[in-house]
Amino acid sequence: MNIWTALVAFVAALLTVAMFVMADWDLPPVKNTQTGYRGTAMVEIDDIERLQASLEANQLPETPWELDTSGPRASEVYENVQVLGHLSSDQFDRLMVSITEWVSPEQGCAYCHNEENLALDDVYTKVVARRMIEMTWAVNEDWMDHVDQTGVTCYTCHRGHPVPQHVWFKEDPPGPTRGWAGYTAGQNTVSIGLTSLQTDPFTTLLGEEGEIRVESLDALPSDHVASIQDTEKTYSLMMHMSGALGVNCTYCHNTRAVQDWEQSTPARMTAWHGIDMVRALNAEHLDPLKPVFPEARLGPLGDVAKVHCTTCHQGVSKPLNGASMLGDYPSLSGAP
Amino acid sequence: MADYQNIFTRVQVRGVPETGIELPAHSSDRAGKPFFAYWIGWLGNAQIGPIYLGWTGIASLLFGFAAIEIIGLNMAASVNWDPIEFIRQLPWLALEPPPPKYGFAIMPPLSEGGWWVLAGFFLTIAIILWWVRTYLRARALGMGTHVAWAFASAIWLYLVLGFIRPALMGSWSEAVPFGIFPHLDWTTAFSLRYGNLHYNPFHALSIVFLYGSVLLFAMHGATILAVSRLGGEREIEQVTDRGTASERAALFWRWTMGFNATMESIHRWAWWFAVLTPLTGGIGILLTGTVVDNWYLWSVKHGVAPPYPDVFQGMDDPAMGVMGAGQ
Repeated sequence: MNIWTALVAFVAALLTVAMFVMADWDLPPVKNTQTGYRGTAMVEIDDIERLQASLEANQLPETPWELDTSGPRASEVYENVQVLGHLSSDQFDRLMVSITEWVSPEQGCAYCHNEENLALDDVYTKVVARRMIEMTWAVNEDWMDHVDQTGVTCYTCHRGHPVPQHVWFKEDPPGPTRGWAGYTAGQNTVSIGLTSLQTDPFTTLLGEEGEIRVESLDALPSDHVASIQDTEKTYSLMMHMSGALGVNCTYCHNTRAVQDWEQSTPARMTAWHGIDMVRALNAEHLDPLKPVFPEARLGPLGDVAKVHCTTCHQGVSKPLNGASMLGDYPSLSGAP
Repeated sequence: MADYQNIFTRVQVRGVPETGIELPAHSSDRAGKPFFAYWIGWLGNAQIGPIYLGWTGIASLLFGFAAIEIIGLNMAASVNWDPIEFIRQLPWLALEPPPPKYGFAIMPPLSEGGWWVLAGFFLTIAIILWWVRTYLRARALGMGTHVAWAFASAIWLYLVLGFIRPALMGSWSEAVPFGIFPHLDWTTAFSLRYGNLHYNPFHALSIVFLYGSVLLFAMHGATILAVSRLGGEREIEQVTDRGTASERAALFWRWTMGFNATMESIHRWAWWFAVLTPLTGGIGILLTGTVVDNWYLWSVKHGVAPPYPDVFQGMDDPAMGVMGAGQ
């Protein structure tokens, strides 16, 4: 055996070891749950270790103390309580303590309040927080088609971070900053789900009411027009949803006819309302906050942080694995 | 004349390099000083060169180089000429065809896909010149032109994907990007847009011939290797004799499955299966979007796609109201 044979053998061994060690393998067993008609490959596949990790990552925070809705109203006890004045002062205090724990556990009350005078509105985050409480009410009251009775609280998105970890801003498309070569069509770089699809399906499909549907509803050519690039953008959004929920295409679709509603699972209906909800929240609650935010909180193109599926879901099909916190915080379930 | 016959063995034959037969008049010379390479000998003939390039070969290489150059430089430009990002993201990078707004314009702006049209033009010239070369070289050796026509089948699929179908659709944007992952994403998007390519009967035929080619390749390769200890590769010399490797190979299949190809017909099987793979695939691609817009619905219409029980009852397109579901 000469030196070259040894070298080739060494490289081959190295590549073999790297393949086993570096790739993202799931150790068996995996949990399979059939969701559709037999033979259609409509199966939910869950890795047991990841399920366990997701359970640990989605624990609910503890509630500070027993709820007491009696006694004087917050509006009578405190000044300048604009949206939560109908709560008892105890319930109000309890909610403030919880919000601090959910949103700014390190920064404390001063993240939103002027500690000299808590009633003042001179810290912008307090104005934002007020709008966010209204947004939470809107989600829980108007979007039950998506959030059902489970609903959401501040914690669903924030999880101990002043700015939720999973938000999106408008971005310049990938590609050269100048020159007449290197056209990318907004794709062809490391993108969502490790694809090379469009890096930003959000601006047009979740920030605006862009057309997500690309497949024709007629067997033969009609006046239906959708380009390959449109399709790739929808595909990119779907890869985002897949990653956000930790599921495959078949969680919602029978992939033999992706567009066909009759063959789709009920989860697709929930997701459809979710897309509508995200568009509404971005347009009605988040975009209008732009004048309130300091420049440092805006994105590279000067827009506010906006929500998409990952903002709440964070890798699981039901945020916090479907646990509801509204029982402990009835004040967040809707406007008075 | 010294006669060299390749035999299936790891023994490498070394001697004076073989230069081949006399060239016809007006031919260029074969180029390069032949030499032997031990490692190459493990894969095939250990002798490298001489090569016959001629004007088609040289022109083909030049045009091919221009195409690869345009693709590579555009990829580099797309990461702002950063060499590290170029290597890190190489599988994701691409030269993208022009966007839909330019339709099938002869020359869209270079900054928006014009380079793709140029690269495609040069690559097509390079490929066609290489085809001419395979034709002319076969003729020069007094061979049939089977290799050239098999190659033409692959060129047909290439032209359908990048030129003929975009022309019929009236848009360069329907064409495939030059890139590793991007062309795979294009493939999935193409199937998603046109209602699942697996319901395209020509796609199905293409798969039959593709998998059939694999099966035939395995059967033939295995058969010949299995009789190589008896000199089976010298099939034509043996085909008329009893008890030879050739006859044993035939008997093996006749005994195993009651039927056997002949030493000649097996190569016709292989050639047609291989040729029909891109030929039928190209027809399938050509029909997509031009005469069929949704292959699944087309299959439902013609009773090909079976209905399944309605396991998710009450699912209707929410955008269409209660009546008139998804399709």
